[in-house]
Amino acid sequence: MRESDNVPLLEVRGLVKHFPVKRNLLGRATSVVSAVDGVDFDLRQGETLGVVGESGCGKSTTARLLMHLIEPSAGTIRFGGKTVGSAALPLKEFRRQVQLVFQDSYASLNPRLTVEESIAFGPMVHGTARTQAQARTHALLERVGLDPRRFAGRFTHELSGGQRQRVNIARALALQPRILVLDEAVSALDKSVEAQVLNLLLDLKQEFGLSYVFISHDLEVVRFMAARVLVMYLGRVAELAPTEALYTDSRHPYTTALVGSLLSMNPDRRTEAAPISGDPPNPIDPPPGCRFHTRCPHAEPVCAAGVPGLGMRAQEHWVACHMGDPMSGHSKAPARAA
Amino acid sequence: MADTVLDIRNLRVTFTGGAKHVRAVDGVDLAVAPGEVVALLGESGSGKSVTLRSVLRLHPEAKTRIAGSIVAAGVDVMALTGAALADFRGKTVSMIFQEPMLALDPVYSLGQQITESIRKHEPAVSAEAARRRAFELFEQVRIPSPERRLDAYPHEMSGGMRQRAMIALALACNPKVLLADEPTTALDATVQVQILLLLRELQRNLNLSMIFVTHDIGVGVEVADRIAVMYAGRIVEIGAVRDVIRTPRHPYTIGLLSTRAQGGRLSGNRLTTISGSPPDLANLPPGCAFAPRCASASAACREAAPAPVDLGAGHVVRCIHTAITA
Repeated sequence: MRESDNVPLLEVRGLVKHFPVKRNLLGRATSVVSAVDGVDFDLRQGETLGVVGESGCGKSTTARLLMHLIEPSAGTIRFGGKTVGSAALPLKEFRRQVQLVFQDSYASLNPRLTVEESIAFGPMVHGTARTQAQARTHALLERVGLDPRRFAGRFTHELSGGQRQRVNIARALALQPRILVLDEAVSALDKSVEAQVLNLLLDLKQEFGLSYVFISHDLEVVRFMAARVLVMYLGRVAELAPTEALYTDSRHPYTTALVGSLLSMNPDRRTEAAPISGDPPNPIDPPPGCRFHTRCPHAEPVCAAGVPGLGMRAQEHWVACHMGDPMSGHSKAPARAA
Repeated sequence: MADTVLDIRNLRVTFTGGAKHVRAVDGVDLAVAPGEVVALLGESGSGKSVTLRSVLRLHPEAKTRIAGSIVAAGVDVMALTGAALADFRGKTVSMIFQEPMLALDPVYSLGQQITESIRKHEPAVSAEAARRRAFELFEQVRIPSPERRLDAYPHEMSGGMRQRAMIALALACNPKVLLADEPTTALDATVQVQILLLLRELQRNLNLSMIFVTHDIGVGVEVADRIAVMYAGRIVEIGAVRDVIRTPRHPYTIGLLSTRAQGGRLSGNRLTTISGSPPDLANLPPGCAFAPRCASASAACREAAPAPVDLGAGHVVRCIHTAITA
């Protein structure tokens, strides 16, 4: 069956992950971190979806849930229209299609394997013959800009950070996946090396027809890479919009604050006031209602009372804020249609 | 110079602990005026933090060879030993770090740490007076409910609050020079802006001299009067923020500014990059360390380290091809 163009490559619905942090004598969780609390989004074929947010907002947990590296507490993930983990799409088959690149290029490679062994490992687990896996490894190393004759036999500690991240990318591509989840994949790199890796990612995407979930705390890099951006705050989606709309016409006060925190690079237009004060609250005991209301300059009693739903406020522009919802009762909400 | 509160001359730092000697800082000259903020910008391994730590002599003496001179507020830092060095640290020159969780003591409350620092440097101050000063410092760095927070332990506070507490601790003994080593790098974007604004305000009010180490040009632009760009242990370009940002003349600075993901970078276009990677400090080339990555490099660049070229108004570049880069 050919996938219709209308079916998103990945559909994530109601994704929830609670981590128990305290247990009573009977082993029941008495206190949980709701790291991800009801996240919905689609990833379209060939698109780069940026995911931004501050530490503790659940971006990395979302990445791990996408891969089923940790079991979701609730929610479904559909890949090409088939539910992940069902008989139609067993987990092992799904994992071949989705690969993850982590921030820490050193910790994510086995120090006792050579570069070649690391990259060939996946294909061999999935039944590729050793010689064939090696040939593919060498082609991939060449493709990510590492000469296989020089690098195939090296160990990870003999590589620079940028080289290691290239190895991680080659390893992720070894199973010919459809989706790469890049979890802060360039954050640990120096700026001059970061640009090289971003260019590589752009080329590979085109060449292999990949789709990216690009997770980063760096809004400038996300703006460059992504077609649409998902903004997360304390485990929930605050806003989801096409990239330029999000950066120039943000509708959620948190997104506005995030974009306003970008430094100007202009000595004559230095930042004079911080867009919001305070730190993100502790996700163990998140505020009720809209989780952002404790820091929001527009907060009203309604914001603490009810959880705002994610509603479409403009073309492809989804926002979870009472101010955009005519039914919410927020004084700044648009008037109800008669 | 009369109007210099911190004067670093021909600083060379070599780490001798490993199998190969690592030349981390290779002839740095830097003078900071009273009330001036200099951003020391560079990538990992460029020597920016090593330069900073040298001012407080924080490197392990047995494994470090350090040469050159550092004079801070009239004190010859290189000649300090024992009690005099301990008294100098925190009182004349103080420092804030990237990771407050590692820099603060986890088993003492923040109030205890600040009062200890005050009474160590000023034995005449009573415990109550020191506590009162700690309270005022917490107010100054805008920690909400300061009285309660003085009794808090570092792990009980959020990242932004911990960083504020560390700033309070660094300012406890009214230092003349504040050294900041990537103090906002570990913070979230919305918190980073708050801390940068706080530091800028405190620096102005107290007329502090600051060296602000960062890898983020944007941060440098926000806080600094001058920017010094470091590469492989040398300052390759220094000048007023406007000059360095608008008319960079060293090929490395030019490359850094063009790779920077800024609004001007159009989605879908390729980025201009600096090819290659930073050099191995244990095995530096004899000439300009940037030459192997530089598009304008010529044979002369590989022979000898380029001398500083003064472009006027304090804009100094270590490159023999400034005619090309203009």
